[in-house]
Amino acid sequence: MGKTLFQKVWDAHAIRDLQNGQTQLLIGTHLIHEVTSPQAFAMIRELNLKVPYPHRTFATVDHIVPTDQRTEPFADPLADAMIKELRKNCDDFGIRYFDIPSGKQGIVHVVGPEQGITQPGTTIACGDSHTSTHGAFGAIAFGIGTSQVRDVLATQTMAIGRLKVRRIDVKGHLKPGTYAKDVILHIIRKLGVNGGNGYAYEYGGDVFDRFSMEERMTVCNMSIEGGARAGYVNPDETTYAYLKGRPYSPTGSDWDAAIDRWSSFASDPDALYDDIVSFSAGDIEPTVTWGINPGQAIFISETLPEPDDADPDERDSLLEAYEHMKLEPGRPINGTPIQVAFLGSCTNGRLSDFQEVARFIQGRHVAAGVKAIAVPGSQIVGAQCKHLGIDRVFSDAGFEWRDAGCSMCLAMNPDKLLGDQLCASSSNRNFKGRQGSPTGRTILMSPLMVAAAAIAGQVTDARKLFNT
Amino acid sequence: MPANCLTPKMALKQIKNVNGTCVVIAGDDIDTDRIIPARYMKCVTFDGLGEYLFHDVRFNENGLPKAHPLNDEIYKGATILIGGRNFGCGSSREHAPQAVFRYGFRAIIAESFAEIFFGNATTLGIPCVTATRSDLNSIRERVPGHPKQEMKIDLALQTATFGDEVFQVSLPASARDALLNGRWDAIGELLEAGDLVAQKAAALLYF
Repeated sequence: MGKTLFQKVWDAHAIRDLQNGQTQLLIGTHLIHEVTSPQAFAMIRELNLKVPYPHRTFATVDHIVPTDQRTEPFADPLADAMIKELRKNCDDFGIRYFDIPSGKQGIVHVVGPEQGITQPGTTIACGDSHTSTHGAFGAIAFGIGTSQVRDVLATQTMAIGRLKVRRIDVKGHLKPGTYAKDVILHIIRKLGVNGGNGYAYEYGGDVFDRFSMEERMTVCNMSIEGGARAGYVNPDETTYAYLKGRPYSPTGSDWDAAIDRWSSFASDPDALYDDIVSFSAGDIEPTVTWGINPGQAIFISETLPEPDDADPDERDSLLEAYEHMKLEPGRPINGTPIQVAFLGSCTNGRLSDFQEVARFIQGRHVAAGVKAIAVPGSQIVGAQCKHLGIDRVFSDAGFEWRDAGCSMCLAMNPDKLLGDQLCASSSNRNFKGRQGSPTGRTILMSPLMVAAAAIAGQVTDARKLFNT
Repeated sequence: MPANCLTPKMALKQIKNVNGTCVVIAGDDIDTDRIIPARYMKCVTFDGLGEYLFHDVRFNENGLPKAHPLNDEIYKGATILIGGRNFGCGSSREHAPQAVFRYGFRAIIAESFAEIFFGNATTLGIPCVTATRSDLNSIRERVPGHPKQEMKIDLALQTATFGDEVFQVSLPASARDALLNGRWDAIGELLEAGDLVAQKAAALLYF
């Protein structure tokens, strides 16, 4: 019987069994940012430990950076203290840091891939749940807590129990106007926000075979929203073409050897899975969330669910969601007025996201009364957009074009909702208060649906507005 | 390369029982943004996070307390938090279990836990045990009438005793072993394998 990529990568990095039955797993690549690392460094100092493999850790700053006024010191003294702390920690321990002046700063899950740090057959950990993003390259990538950041810094390993593997096939063809974001929102809706607990998700099928690396990243990114700590796609020619020539990618004869090695990690045709689920791409329509977790989602054409029709165990959650979202059961989500549109994040803040939207918004304008911001996921994405004139397309359409960061995905920076504003957002979480205001409301959707909502001033079917 | 070594203060206590009064946090899918809103993570230490636990559901926009069990004097001093299904979903922030611990909680009983939260909490020595939905409903119904009644969680027996009622609870063998034997923070054991790690890391064909 063959093995899955997960098994092969796990076996190649397992150091030993621990006394409690977990595995001590070697983490080949460690990514850190300013929010979840300072306490880990403090623990390292307190315990008098060293960082024996500093070249295996890469740092950037993303959560707290302002996306407009970036002159230091930052206006927020707490944010300023955090960026200074990261700088000091990287200096003290000899860790490579993609800082703002480098021109390579950005959201850690955008920076890793674009630098070629994220590679197939590797283990990756980062103190951030969206580390699952890196699985798009056939890496096994885990979001970890700060104590584990400490463990990885001090030992280059962590204690973890082996995950089961669920194969998720998406077969057929996506309809025009339907995107990777719709695929993952649909998967989460169907399998539940905790359906992936204990699993790594292996995404495959011809839809994933055709997907670009950026589309694969969008899906893997939100694996954790379905409860799966890791999600991945087997590496293929698309993966290698993306990685070729990137700063940290192998070169010369190492490149050829790397492709052989990377290919060998792909799941065998006769691999044994713990579970297999299949979706038909043609069934998927543009999907939007309506509630307070990413599984509370419907197609744009559907009406809002009736709590009385729901599973009795779900009913209270639905009622809580309706109370927060100020929406009514039975009505369409289409036509719901929005006040803010956010295009960016580690889910949908890459070049292709802005390119796709730019194709449609030329000659259009954001509706009066809507604040729309476009935030590249990295300085490099921002520079590419500028080079291609995409930033102008957005500015001309009435979007504020910003500098790179997490921005309004989680509002640890000045980009926040006010009061109960409703935001059409290309990000990954619609939890209560997620975007910075306790009463703020979030509707997750694809980038093109965000643009459509910004222009129409309401949640709307981008396929109709833009004649896709 | 000098190997990292363990310092004596790393010795951990064995956690076999947690006894204390309870407070019920209603609802399923309680996410870590709810447990500790992101804006309170603008800090370089975990100190003081306890006071922001569940901040936005405990206080209104003017900072005034709302009706919430954690604002109810009767539950003051509770050390066992009763949650629902998929408790701690969302962000990997350790700030969430840190806030739970620093507020004063020493164990959580829920229907299920999100995986990263579960691992983070266990590493801090907070047992996260699961109970069936119907048992949890019984506990939720009983606690408000008996706010000063202690719950006694026995990790070896995997029971939670409330008055004369004994509920079956469970936690994965790895976490149970770690807590019962004082190995819940893995750093000490991880450090022991320095040579093995060095060999394996040297053989990695990347970085």
